[in-house]
Amino acid sequence: MQLEVSRRGFMRLGGAALATSTMSALGFGAGEALAASVRPFKLSRATETRSTCPYCSVSCGTLVYSLGDASKNARAEIMHIEGDPDHPVNRGTLCPRGAAILDFVRSAQRLKHPMHRAPGAKEFKRVSWDFALDRVAKLMKEDRDKNFVAKNNDGVTVNRWPTAAAFTTSTQSNEAGLVTYKVLRGTGIVGIENQARI
Amino acid sequence: MASLAPTFGRGAMTNHWNDIKNADVILVMGGNPAEAHPCGFKWVTEAKAHNKAKLIVVDPRFTRSAAVSDLYAPLRPGTDIAFLLGVMRHILTNDKIHTEYVKAFTNATFIVREGFKFENGLFTGYDETKRDYARGEWEYEIGEDGFAKVDPTLANPRCVLNLLKAHVERYTPETVEKICGTPKDKFLKICEHVASTGNGERSMTSLYALGWTQHSHGAQNIRCMAMLQLLLGNMGVPGGGVNALRGHANVQGITDLGLLTTALPGYLALPSQAEATYADHMKTRRFKPLRPGQTSFWQNYEKFFVSFQKAMFGQAATKENDWAYDYLPKWDTPYDVLKIVDTMYEGKLNGCIAQGLNVLMASAHKGKALQGLAKLKWLVVIDPLETETARFWENHGEFNEIDSAKVQTEVIQLPACTVAEEEGTFTNSGRNIQWHWKAANGAGESRSDLEIMAGIHTRLRALYAKEGGAFPDPIVNLSWNYARPEAPSADEVLRELNGYVLEDVKDPQDPNKVLMRAGTLVPGFGALRADGTTTSGCWIYTGCYTEAGNMTMRRSTDDPTGLGVYQNWGFVWPANRRILYNRASADASGKPWSTRKKYIAWNGSRWTGPDVPDYGPTVKPEASVGPFIMNPEGVSRLFTRGLMRDGPFPEHYEPFESPVANSLHEKVASNPVARVFKEDWKEFGKADKFPYVATTYRLTEHFHYWTKTHLINAILQPELFAELPEALAKEKGIGPGDWVRISSARGAIKCKAVVTKRLPTLTIHGKPTHVVGIPIHYGFVGTARKGHATNTLTPFVGDANVNTPEYKAFLVNVEKTTAPAGAPSV
Repeated sequence: MQLEVSRRGFMRLGGAALATSTMSALGFGAGEALAASVRPFKLSRATETRSTCPYCSVSCGTLVYSLGDASKNARAEIMHIEGDPDHPVNRGTLCPRGAAILDFVRSAQRLKHPMHRAPGAKEFKRVSWDFALDRVAKLMKEDRDKNFVAKNNDGVTVNRWPTAAAFTTSTQSNEAGLVTYKVLRGTGIVGIENQARI
Repeated sequence: MASLAPTFGRGAMTNHWNDIKNADVILVMGGNPAEAHPCGFKWVTEAKAHNKAKLIVVDPRFTRSAAVSDLYAPLRPGTDIAFLLGVMRHILTNDKIHTEYVKAFTNATFIVREGFKFENGLFTGYDETKRDYARGEWEYEIGEDGFAKVDPTLANPRCVLNLLKAHVERYTPETVEKICGTPKDKFLKICEHVASTGNGERSMTSLYALGWTQHSHGAQNIRCMAMLQLLLGNMGVPGGGVNALRGHANVQGITDLGLLTTALPGYLALPSQAEATYADHMKTRRFKPLRPGQTSFWQNYEKFFVSFQKAMFGQAATKENDWAYDYLPKWDTPYDVLKIVDTMYEGKLNGCIAQGLNVLMASAHKGKALQGLAKLKWLVVIDPLETETARFWENHGEFNEIDSAKVQTEVIQLPACTVAEEEGTFTNSGRNIQWHWKAANGAGESRSDLEIMAGIHTRLRALYAKEGGAFPDPIVNLSWNYARPEAPSADEVLRELNGYVLEDVKDPQDPNKVLMRAGTLVPGFGALRADGTTTSGCWIYTGCYTEAGNMTMRRSTDDPTGLGVYQNWGFVWPANRRILYNRASADASGKPWSTRKKYIAWNGSRWTGPDVPDYGPTVKPEASVGPFIMNPEGVSRLFTRGLMRDGPFPEHYEPFESPVANSLHEKVASNPVARVFKEDWKEFGKADKFPYVATTYRLTEHFHYWTKTHLINAILQPELFAELPEALAKEKGIGPGDWVRISSARGAIKCKAVVTKRLPTLTIHGKPTHVVGIPIHYGFVGTARKGHATNTLTPFVGDANVNTPEYKAFLVNVEKTTAPAGAPSV
């Protein structure tokens, strides 16, 4: 989304290309103008995206800076994240967790590919998305078909799948949440939970 | 949430982050916002600096919240109810309550049935074999007109307020000191500060978090505060409220969406097997007003239920098939996290999906969770990170002892995006639904949670369409009208959450006039219908995406009154109301209680103010419609009738592991209706072997079990430790940095000792009692040092109403030891 021109936005518009004379004309002192010409504002060429911190429920506004111009063959890379000064709650601040979101994005333990561990195996093996999703669907269907309870002992229609359960996440978006709900409840799983109660 | 809804009608933070600045007194108890919610805590600082607010912190530890408080008092973990009932006794006996508010806006004057009693630690109707109450007598006297009987003079001894006074009489300052270990003088000082707000001129806000929920009586901890705030008249006013500071970024949203065992989105109920038919389900959900002329908004339940079924099953949900009622599973018993783990452990669960929830680390009693996971046939883990749950089958020495080759579980890991790599909305603690934009594609081949779930569904659906199988109907008929079925967009789904008009809705007065056109977005939940002509994925979110656009993207920083009400920033459920029950900020005649706390008031023709009234905008004050519009009483509940399993009033029960007997009623020591699985009774420890009280908590540098995989956080807090009071350390000859072994009846961990003044040695029942503090956060996967899972120690018992595990109060022993094998020397 586009920013309204704030002080920071103005700096971005300015960047290194802005001539010193123009800076002076706009009311900047000589020192600031010099600084701007010596060291271009680091983020001036980055794409700025409004996001939300994924940790606690303060849901601080963040600004995510990425390189790459979003054209077809360019892969954007996130290179800096900071607090959103316009956000009414956090006013640009972030805590020790929020300030380290970049290390989440770049974590050495990021899971990058679908992986599969066969029963009894000593390690995970990399697999394709097609293999992984087909396998999940097959395992679900086999167990559901075998253990689905259409009626309970009193003859009441209950249509539940008692041998499967799901721990869902309260760090997914509401949109993913609704889709997760539809997909899981649609199979008849009763055991659906999230972090809300632990 | 299980205490706020029975009290006020809705289970959510009543006020919001910015509003904290309007408080005069801030009571932090059951939370530590300076460390757990640092950027929200700035509004506490703001209140202190510009509103001369007093910050009171009550906590077993001298936390960083306590460090900046005006008044700090310690208490023993698990005794908050005794403390708060003591505060209630203080304001009731010293006549410090806001009487006019209490009479007008609570059920203080309602008359309770003669059959209701409280004796020897139990309420009427207890069945020891079932560990449950028959709650029929916990009810009002109902008159011949079908309405609850009231006595506005409060002369009747059966009035709720009189019963409450009698109930809290036992909680004298001396009793509080004996049970909680809080010095009497500090307790009384806190009472005075709290009491200073019971007048409409000043307000107190309550900030709490998991320090209150993670107990076998967690919901009743929060109930105490809800009641206290009602007695003081602090609900619905700026700077007031009971404010649940929730844990995860979207835990409010995911709770709203009903990703809980017996829920449907929007706080509707998943039917149980006792409700065989649609008519059965609706029969108990008529919500007839209990007093004349009350709103009782849940009367609209059917409109929301049918609109949800239309969102879920589309054209397959028809009037003829009772809106596909049979497509929904009917539950036999709730499967909360502990129950799911127990079902695994019993070998009765074959498959499990762990989407961003690291259950091996997060469940109580890690040993039981580990054995349970090893009995699964398959486990699907959806996460942006490597987790212990995905690698539970790996042997990591004493950190995770298991014979890998014997584990027959098939495990599939699906890589998910982080928030910065997807778009959509989160709902913050203050119910504000805010859009986030996508900055980059996910790392490697990772996909958004939305796309992953869609990928599973489209394949499962194709298999059922092709091969048939057990009851394929709800899978093959699941409403799935997305432009790209394998990858729905967040924009499409947010519209679906809001809801659509399916057929032209005509004006009943003039059939030529179309009120809502087919295909348009529903403008608000008032427009939802029970005839199948509207849809809504989650009725309380209706209004978030209308024909005027995506309201969650709004970013206006205008706050015209300066009260911190940013009406055009995001969209707050319900109906963009920022403070819930805000009509209660004015008296019965509609006049503000005070100029200082003016918020929503009657101007002669309508309710006006900086916020959207949580009330009919033109309902005259003379109509005497109560401000708690969700409740059939129209007022809030000091007495919750049968809505909570463990009592209509809170009562002090000891944690399941306690160093002392319950001095109020020895035979009923701990919560008599909290669920304990048969196998787990023998796994509770006693004070002879485990003499110290332990509590667990979070560090400001870490978030649960994720940030140990982040370089900076791993540097800031590299390894597990435990905090020991100086007196205990001296007794045991433990010095700072020494290795200690901490054991409970369920297992043992090793970590370094931090000897501290932050944890007091309290005097409980006249005896010195040490409290040990252990952070969570560490495991055998990550960039931080390998550590034992703190939940190796915690007991497998949950709250009586929602089964949140009792992580915050249990018993341990502490011994000096040597470094675990594989620990780096530092």
